[in-house]
Amino acid sequence: MIEVVNLHKYFGKLQVLKGVNTRIEKQEVVCIIGASGSGKSTFLRCLNLLEEPTDGEIYIDGIPIIENKKDINRLRQKVGMVFQQFNLFPHMTVMENITLAPVKLKGMTKAEAEEKASELLHKVGLPDKNNEYPSRLSGGQKQRVAIARALAMDPEIMLFDEPTSALDPEMVGEVLNVMKQLAGEGMTMVVVTHEMGFAREVGDRIMFMDEGIIFEEGPPQELFKNPKKERTKEFLGKVL
Amino acid sequence: MDSIIRFLSNSIYYNLIREQRYIQFISGLGISLQLTLYAAILGTIIGLLLALAKLGKIKWLESLATLYVDIIRGTPVVVQLVLIYYAILGSSSLPKIAVASIAFGINSGAYVCELIRAGIMAVDKGQMEAARSLGFSYSHSMLYIIIPQAIKNILPALANEFIVLLKETAIAGYIALDDLTRAGNIVRGRTFDAYTPFILVAVIYLYITTILTWMMNKLERRLRESD
Repeated sequence: MIEVVNLHKYFGKLQVLKGVNTRIEKQEVVCIIGASGSGKSTFLRCLNLLEEPTDGEIYIDGIPIIENKKDINRLRQKVGMVFQQFNLFPHMTVMENITLAPVKLKGMTKAEAEEKASELLHKVGLPDKNNEYPSRLSGGQKQRVAIARALAMDPEIMLFDEPTSALDPEMVGEVLNVMKQLAGEGMTMVVVTHEMGFAREVGDRIMFMDEGIIFEEGPPQELFKNPKKERTKEFLGKVL
Repeated sequence: MDSIIRFLSNSIYYNLIREQRYIQFISGLGISLQLTLYAAILGTIIGLLLALAKLGKIKWLESLATLYVDIIRGTPVVVQLVLIYYAILGSSSLPKIAVASIAFGINSGAYVCELIRAGIMAVDKGQMEAARSLGFSYSHSMLYIIIPQAIKNILPALANEFIVLLKETAIAGYIALDDLTRAGNIVRGRTFDAYTPFILVAVIYLYITTILTWMMNKLERRLRESD
């Protein structure tokens, strides 16, 4: 589904990604862990070209997306993204936040889009927040709306960039539960996270990134129990 | 007490009533307000175009806009007014008010450009990223997401710019346009009383700016309510 070949990214002179190679299969849930500054968020943001890679190629469904940058807007419709800071549109209601893209980009009628939005709000556990503005929601509610907004475009892949890092501790669970449910339904997911419990339980594969490369990866049981490399052990020792 | 009253009534008589001098002030105010309005409209249009040029991706347009803003902001408006009047537009048959409107519009445009740019840049970067990640193009992201939020930042600043503009037009007399300030000057020349006409002029400016400020505050409150 996604293939990443020799991905490099520089910010000015600073090299953040130093050759990332991986494949992400359909319906796979990949959790990326690592210290801050290890390049994990940059890597995720490269997958929908919010960051433009300096070198390398990314194939989504076999299409080289850097080569086909002109089609990026259509490609991004297949790749939903959820941000650490939610990034809901503050001048729109919850309903408008969710229906804007399907109406403007997919040509859905307003009624169709609203029906779909209602279903999605049910799914994320916020059936009665249609007409609220984001500023009236708690952090956990905002993030669940953000997930619903991304899902409204029927993406094939969902990218999560530290979706619970800006939340108060008591709200982390409600967001993780929605993500867990999504994983259970077979969504292909790439999740940058510090929630090791979630990664272990939901992830099909854990990717430990350090110094701009995938330092070690494997199924959670293996990587968490028997990390092979010293750096991985050190990192896990600090966070577990 | 008597002498004060006599002094005041004399001042009012000579500066306002005699030779219907109040008409000078009224028509002067009319000119000042018209000039402000035309310059504000022109300034907004120029400012919008400059801001688009500066935010856009065409390098030479961006440089040109930057040069424009630097020159206008780096020179006194009165010099710009006189230069535009004599050198550029003086030879044509345009009425003075049109010349002055163009000069003040050109000047105001540079400031409006910076207001618009600042208002757009003040919108959180994540908003553009969220819009782009949903599949919106850059221009649609601007249209649906960024600009509606930026307007809330821009409008109060823009209203403030117009208040400043009204006061700046007081130099229109340099090209012999009979605005409110020049009306004071003309009456002073007839009555040899500097205080009464200019205090009157000051009070009129203050009155108008107070009304405009009140309207601006109301607008600001309305905009904040929807947050």
